[in-house]
Amino acid sequence: MLTVIGLAHRLRIPIAVAVALLAGASLIALSGVNPFEAYTTLFRGAFLDWYGLGGTLVKTSPLLLAGLAVVIPLRAGLLNIGGEGQIYMGGLGASVAALYLPGLPTLLHIVLCVLAGALAGGLWGLIPAYLKAYRGINEVITAILLNFIAINLVSYLAGGPMMQAGAPYPYSNEISEALWLPLILSGTDAHVGVIIGAVLALVAYYVLNHTTVGFALDTVGAGDAVARYAGIAVRRQLLGAMFVGSACAGLAGSFEVLGLKYRLYHLFSPGFGFDGILVAFLAALNPLLVPVSAFFLSGLKAGALTMQRATGLDGTVIDAIQGIVILFVATSLAFTFRREEWRRFLDKRKLHLAEPPVARAKAEESAR
Amino acid sequence: MPALKLRQIVKSFDGFRALDGVDLAVQAGTVHAIIGENGAGKTTLMNILYGLYQPDEGMIEFQEKPVTIPSPRGASDLGIGMIHQHFMLVDTLTVVENIVLGLRGQGMSLNLREHEKRIAEMSARFGFNIDPRAEIWRLPMGMRQRVEILKVLYREADLIILDEPTSILTPLEIEGFLENVKSLRDAGKTILFITHKLDEVFAASDRISVMRRGKVLNTTDAKDTDARRIACAMVGHDRILTVERMPHRAGKPVLVGRGLHARDNRGLEALRGVSVSVREGEIHGIIGVDGNGQAELAEVLTGMRSATGGLVEIDGRDITADDPETRRRSSRLAFVPEDRHTTGLVLEYPLWKNAILRDFGTARFSRAGVVDRRRAVEATSEWISAYDVRTQSPYQKARFLSGGNQQKLIFAREIESEPRVLIVMQPCKGLDVGAIEAVHRTILEQRERGGAILYISTELDHVLAVCDRISVMCGGVVTGTLEAHEATAETIGVLMGGTMSKASAC
Repeated sequence: MLTVIGLAHRLRIPIAVAVALLAGASLIALSGVNPFEAYTTLFRGAFLDWYGLGGTLVKTSPLLLAGLAVVIPLRAGLLNIGGEGQIYMGGLGASVAALYLPGLPTLLHIVLCVLAGALAGGLWGLIPAYLKAYRGINEVITAILLNFIAINLVSYLAGGPMMQAGAPYPYSNEISEALWLPLILSGTDAHVGVIIGAVLALVAYYVLNHTTVGFALDTVGAGDAVARYAGIAVRRQLLGAMFVGSACAGLAGSFEVLGLKYRLYHLFSPGFGFDGILVAFLAALNPLLVPVSAFFLSGLKAGALTMQRATGLDGTVIDAIQGIVILFVATSLAFTFRREEWRRFLDKRKLHLAEPPVARAKAEESAR
Repeated sequence: MPALKLRQIVKSFDGFRALDGVDLAVQAGTVHAIIGENGAGKTTLMNILYGLYQPDEGMIEFQEKPVTIPSPRGASDLGIGMIHQHFMLVDTLTVVENIVLGLRGQGMSLNLREHEKRIAEMSARFGFNIDPRAEIWRLPMGMRQRVEILKVLYREADLIILDEPTSILTPLEIEGFLENVKSLRDAGKTILFITHKLDEVFAASDRISVMRRGKVLNTTDAKDTDARRIACAMVGHDRILTVERMPHRAGKPVLVGRGLHARDNRGLEALRGVSVSVREGEIHGIIGVDGNGQAELAEVLTGMRSATGGLVEIDGRDITADDPETRRRSSRLAFVPEDRHTTGLVLEYPLWKNAILRDFGTARFSRAGVVDRRRAVEATSEWISAYDVRTQSPYQKARFLSGGNQQKLIFAREIESEPRVLIVMQPCKGLDVGAIEAVHRTILEQRERGGAILYISTELDHVLAVCDRISVMCGGVVTGTLEAHEATAETIGVLMGGTMSKASAC
């Protein structure tokens, strides 16, 4: 029994997801569609169909990187809610490097574009980190405000100075085809970004769990007093964690531009930065699970379209189900498992079941 | 007539008796101070009176009737009001709104104008000088406290409990506050005043009770006692220690602080020119009532707080500008901080991570930036057996260790860094007798090895038992240094009490 409970605790996230999908099924049924059929089309469309899988992977790339952008700073206790803004700055940085740095060798130019995006995102994230570390200003508020600035800055540039002449819609000139990221599934839009993201997740896992850098970050997250006592330069760690995290978000922006859109569009990210927070929590802040949770969430998003076409079910139902999944997962994370307490509880119950009530009352009496 | 009578109140938390049979009688219309160190049980007692906790045993009589106080609301209905250390006010509301908030019997409509008039009258009657329409966030701390008092008065409380009321006030505000307390008493209210600051007790109260280790030790009229006697009762002089101490053979000074100045977290001057020296093979004790600059002194010496003046030297080298890490590595300065839970350990870390907490970056526990987990676990296992840390394994979280075992782990980590200087701050707080002995034995062994030890404590019996020299701190200065053989509870009491008046004057 104890082992079963322990196992259930280890698997609490998948269990929560399954229960959430069941709860979602009732929502689907309420809308008058067969839930089984709806889910089947959804998952077949998202994961089992070649083009559907491509669509899922396209969305996995930014979600995964945005998830890392939350996980890494959170280890040091900073909640990076500015992923969206950092994605926009990343896209801007990559576009500028791609459009205005002519005459470079192709490979070098691609690398430069990618790094320019990461750098732009990272620097954007340094602003709230600096204000937090040196001025004590809440990073959540500054990062949210910086999101608006970044989004509108890109809108202005894409619709003004960088806009393609005669474009019907705010977007820049097209980036030279030589700079486009390689595709990974022929016939689909899936690009190499998702692979790079997965590799980064592995690197993040190793660094956070096995190196002195990870140790220092975790200690900073545990509290200011103990970190200073441990001899850690707290401010430097805060800035470093936020820079690296935001650079991941910046990378997400780069890849959107270089791998998918090939131009700088205004409003090019539909909230990937915010979804990154969901990805991070769904992964229980474990970098190894971030690719998995990003893949799952983007599958829901991509499959929703197929499902909508096949069953006529409104796509907003999927948004609602996504919300339920997050809610259930967040709740499941609050459960802790204490082997000893459970053992005592089970023993007591066994005792109660074994003894008839009268004998029990007597036993309690004599114990008193 | 006693307004409040407590008989044998007991309250335990997880087997620890925070209140161990408290007896107390408070006369109506007096200011009654309850004084004691942090952890003596004062706040637990007040929370019982305010209905936040229920006592496990014992009886409460209020206005000569036995009562149970089920909740703060129940306390308020009886006529007991409490002013917490941290104010419970809504910053964006006005004074009137805060006072009326949660007031019973208001019906569907609220006549704020009428309340405003009555509050203004009340404020004038007690000389509080408060604008009822002011928003809280605009008011200084002293004014906010008056609002808290008005809140309680408006609910017609007869007994007003003030929990550490001066801890966030400036010296000038404290003076005004003490006047307010007296005017409340003159209006016939009974005031229970919790504090650990001696000078305030004598400035405002009629009767004084000393609490220590969950008991009320003695209650006297303020005019029949003095600061020295109260200070002695607070730190206690019951010898419970059995560790044996070899004769003292001190060498040359190792750690020297010269004319140190520093500010506390509120920006007030906490150290006003402190000089100390600790010699090889010597345990130098610092004793004093809590909050007289000891914590700041330890932090300045270890580099966790910057000095605003003065020098810290080790072996004649100026290390004032060094950060804590440099002091640990180059000057071999080890530190056992006061707060095990938020400073000394990361409770969520396993023991092996806590064991390398301050050395994870050194060649001993990491290579090329990768933490050598195997070595860390090996070292932890060794320390666990060498220092008798009772635990299941090095992988257990520090949270699940008892206080004594947590402290043993911290001592293992600090001693194993082979320090020249060891600073320990209140190392026996919350430990049982066995653990206290283990801590003291470890400290004495370090002295035998020629280490220089600074032992900061508020427990007089501990300091007398292990220290070779003892300095007394009060009001941010060292008021005297004694050799162990000259030091007795009485001579130290003179130094602790003798400057109390001076400290309150500045």
